[in-house]
Amino acid sequence: MIEKNNRFQIAAHIVMILLCIFCLFPFLILVSSSITSEMTLVREGYSVLPKNIDFSAYKYLLTSSDDIIRGYIITVCVTVIGTVANLTLTILLAYPLSRRDLPHRNVFAFIVFFTMLFHGGIVPSYIMWSKYFHITNTYAALIIPNLMMGAYYVIMVRTYFQSNIPEAVLEAGRIDGAGEMRILGQIVLPMSKPIIATMVLLVGLVYWNDWTNGLYYINKDKYYSIQVLLNRMLQDVQFLMSSAGSDSSELAKDIPSVALKMAVAVMGALPVLCVYPFFQKYFVKGIVVGAVKG
Amino acid sequence: MAKTRRYLPLYLMMVPGLLYLLINNYIPMLGIIIAFKQINFRIGILKSPFVGLSNFEFLFKGDAWLITRNTIAYNLLFIVLTPVVAITVAIFLNELKSVMAKKVYQTLILIPYLISIVVVSYLVYALLATDNGFMNNTILPLFGIDPVSWYSSPQYWPVILVVTHIWKGFGYSTIIYYATLVGIDKSYYEAAAIDGAGRWARIWNVTIPCLKSTIITLTLLSIGRMFYSDFGLFYQVPMNSGPLLDVTNTIDTYVYRGLMQSNNIGMSSAAGVYQSVVGFVLVLLANIITSKISKEDALF
Repeated sequence: MIEKNNRFQIAAHIVMILLCIFCLFPFLILVSSSITSEMTLVREGYSVLPKNIDFSAYKYLLTSSDDIIRGYIITVCVTVIGTVANLTLTILLAYPLSRRDLPHRNVFAFIVFFTMLFHGGIVPSYIMWSKYFHITNTYAALIIPNLMMGAYYVIMVRTYFQSNIPEAVLEAGRIDGAGEMRILGQIVLPMSKPIIATMVLLVGLVYWNDWTNGLYYINKDKYYSIQVLLNRMLQDVQFLMSSAGSDSSELAKDIPSVALKMAVAVMGALPVLCVYPFFQKYFVKGIVVGAVKG
Repeated sequence: MAKTRRYLPLYLMMVPGLLYLLINNYIPMLGIIIAFKQINFRIGILKSPFVGLSNFEFLFKGDAWLITRNTIAYNLLFIVLTPVVAITVAIFLNELKSVMAKKVYQTLILIPYLISIVVVSYLVYALLATDNGFMNNTILPLFGIDPVSWYSSPQYWPVILVVTHIWKGFGYSTIIYYATLVGIDKSYYEAAAIDGAGRWARIWNVTIPCLKSTIITLTLLSIGRMFYSDFGLFYQVPMNSGPLLDVTNTIDTYVYRGLMQSNNIGMSSAAGVYQSVVGFVLVLLANIITSKISKEDALF
């Protein structure tokens, strides 16, 4: 019996290890190709192990063009501003909805919930934001449409407040003469750190990875966030070279364009991969909380 | 009066959020009329002439069948395959003894989920590029097969897209199923063991039934989304390649191309309305069915 159990454990480990390799090996190709010399890549193609290590793709990316650096700065700012704005709106809407004593609470809850059931579609949204709010080629385009807030998060936070903050605590605050803003800020939020941490991660990731708003609303490269830039470069690697300025024409034949493609993608994925292990715990928790219906 | 004063601050708090939903979600719902008009931006949406159902007529004479077939067929494959993979992996994770290993595996299988679909497109490109790709240079020569021009061979893409989708998403579903498994009362397993149930009997008779509610909830959500597709997966990963359109064009990519590339707003908005309305009906139907089979799992 014990031996049989051991055999099962070994088999299970083997299955899981193979699965992890399946998940990771494309990244391995990406990273090792980005540090392989251009000559080797042209001859042997992208591969799992780096041969003839050569960092010239990264050197090129960081020195001959400021697109990548600017893209990073834009992405960081958009992510921070977007996440803060999103959380503020979400919490301010979720808290009153969590109050069982609020008159007409169900009407408002339905107004929020209905946006999950029915969508007007991208065509009216696009026309509204671009023709009436004129957000094309502004930083606002990367923050406001489709992303700022969703019913999904509001319901998630409301459910958390409802099931984790006893009404007696709120009542005690009221008796002490605290207004609703103070109750929310000094009683409810300190008791809700796990859900806030989770929200920051989920919303932050959405902003960091967003490229569709750039696709719809941005066509000037000085507004490109890192993902929009990546998207543009996937279509043509010439883009970076043409924007590098006048000296690029002489350099054109020396540009490691095959390795460059992979190096750019590494730059896009790296920050998330570096930060992820530290927040893994909250992340897993967030997925589980998010999946529980409101 | 006292009541109004007491709740006024709460109502005021909701104003910014509700205003945002009004603008971002409710106003575009009214925009559905665009699909019934011949839009001319010089005279504005309201003054543009109504053309009845002619936008829909063009849509249904044209690509409606193809994009509906692709959207539904891929979603059906995802709805069946993702839970099968995710539940299997979750059960393996749950049966493992080493706490450390469980944690490492969980962390690693979630990595593809964190990456933007643009980066995923680069990963797929590294594998499939015709000149430099890993498949054509390393894998196919091992079996003596000639290089394949992947981005112009539609017959491979249903498999490529399904594998890519599962690669990216199974970790997420696994975590949800695994969290349910961890919550199962251990005494069920002990009782089953006393009754002489082996490992497989326990999995079949205890684990799977305990997952029923989670399976129903997640499947219900995906059935409700069956008329929607991941735009990045179907547009970006095949690199918008023309020869692949037969198997990669879904309702979402069709709407995008009509709106941004061929400037065919009428047809594009008709497809959008078709998606919204059928999508809405699907959500309601899925919910009715669920409340018939197990009331407590229904969404509303």
